[in-house]
Amino acid sequence: MIRIENVSLAFGKTNILKEISVSIPKGGITALIGPNGAGKSSLLGLAARLLPLQAGDISVDNLSVSSTSGKVLAKKIAILRQDNHVGSRLTVRELVGFGRFPHSHGHLTENDHRIIDESLRLFGLTEMSERLLDTLSGGQRQRALVAMAYCQDTDYLLLDEPLNNLDMYFASELMKSLRNIADTRAKTIVIVLHDINYAGSFADRIIAMKDGQVVADGKPADIMTETALGGIYGFNIPVISVGGQPIALPFRR
Amino acid sequence: MIDRRLVFLGALALACMVAFMTIGLRGNLGFVLSLRAIKLIALIEVGIAIAVSTVVFQTVTANRILTPSIMGIDALYLFAQILLVFLLGGLAYTSLDAKLKFGVEVVALMALSLGLILPMLRTRLDMGFLLLVGVVIGVLFRSLHSLIARVIDPNDFAVAQASSYANFNDINSELLTVASLLTLAALVFVWHARHVLDVVALGRDTAIGLGINWTRTQVACLLLVASLVAVSTALVGPVAFLGLLFVALAERIVTTRRHSILIPAVALVAIIVLVGGQTLFQHLLGNSSTLGVVVEFAGGVVFLILLWRGSRK
Repeated sequence: MIRIENVSLAFGKTNILKEISVSIPKGGITALIGPNGAGKSSLLGLAARLLPLQAGDISVDNLSVSSTSGKVLAKKIAILRQDNHVGSRLTVRELVGFGRFPHSHGHLTENDHRIIDESLRLFGLTEMSERLLDTLSGGQRQRALVAMAYCQDTDYLLLDEPLNNLDMYFASELMKSLRNIADTRAKTIVIVLHDINYAGSFADRIIAMKDGQVVADGKPADIMTETALGGIYGFNIPVISVGGQPIALPFRR
Repeated sequence: MIDRRLVFLGALALACMVAFMTIGLRGNLGFVLSLRAIKLIALIEVGIAIAVSTVVFQTVTANRILTPSIMGIDALYLFAQILLVFLLGGLAYTSLDAKLKFGVEVVALMALSLGLILPMLRTRLDMGFLLLVGVVIGVLFRSLHSLIARVIDPNDFAVAQASSYANFNDINSELLTVASLLTLAALVFVWHARHVLDVVALGRDTAIGLGINWTRTQVACLLLVASLVAVSTALVGPVAFLGLLFVALAERIVTTRRHSILIPAVALVAIIVLVGGQTLFQHLLGNSSTLGVVVEFAGGVVFLILLWRGSRK
């Protein structure tokens, strides 16, 4: 369980997060939605100790992120950030293999290779596994980065807008893979999404943030309503039902 | 399995060493050989110190154009040195134990570079800015150096000046043992950390996500770089673009940035360029004083090419 208690964050005079308290129990996919600048990425960054905690506490399975060593946490929680500039002189396989670093510290074992192969397969990268990263498209690189995070084989997976640069096919493939991982491997996935329809279709729970606060939290059916979405994003978003599935249509001119 | 290209580089480096030791032997063999052996060891050591410090520095700063000397670390070293002369006086300085002096200088350099460069890395400045700051630091400390040089006693100045120019001929052999130990220790450390360095090269966020203690690693790497720069500067004086040349050449040859291959490659390239070049100039062309100039010139050209390529991307 990821427990976030009274977490605040400020850069200078700008308050990014204001006294956030929320718990994410083990298992399932939790989607983090909300307008730009709501503090979603900062919250993930704090949970993955990329940013130092200023106030409050965050713990993962009762290990406080501020006092537990990085080595221990790296086997518990993996994160994919929004903007990644990884070196270009790496093959896809090498990059994904870095995900095994917390376990094998660079000396890959048979078991590591097996997990790397599995990650490559899971994210449709097997055929391009020997290609250099700078020969890939943005979407392919994005998938390689997700595969690397998965390869870390942690109970918790934090993904910050993993659908960036992905076309419709791969976006839905990625979400299906994540759903599959969450269901069959008992992984806990927290994912920042901008397309709320993906959140509504694939997540077990949606947490909505706005101006550094949690403004809505519940099952997709509770959040995917005209009133709830209107409150989060500040404009009218019609929601229709297609085969029992609520679909938001923010497209009206 | 050892990379084929590494074997080739190793053979070439060995050939250079043999050539350096054997070409044009005359007179008292024992004396000449021991003289050459000392010089050979010093050249190898300087080459490795410059090469490895550059690789580590580039990895930590996530930048392929920066080198410790471009960031002015060797200017810092020279400043620390003349400051010692200034504070102690030339006579006291020269009568100091060479090893003790070197030790003090190394520690001073470590402290100065941590104090100056770590805050810059913290704020994650972009490359152009870092380069600019490096140039400014270099100029600042060279100016402070020449200011002190003008103020001090002419005799003290002569003492200090002897150490401010790159010279592969007149190597300070007094420090060879202690410098060898330091270089060896640094090599062992870097080799031990080669996989960690690979992860560091992925950038801060990814490295932390994979369990690296970022601050501690950065500090350790900078301390290592500072001590290696101190070794090379103490032995031959300041060099500007050598490290860049070594790393660019090695990277071109092994086409990877993985440290388990790049580090041995860059060390071998350094040996080939320095020992091979010294053999060429000293034994074949009979004019050994120009090696520093020629190698620096080549390094400068590489620097310009890298900058130009970077700007077109």
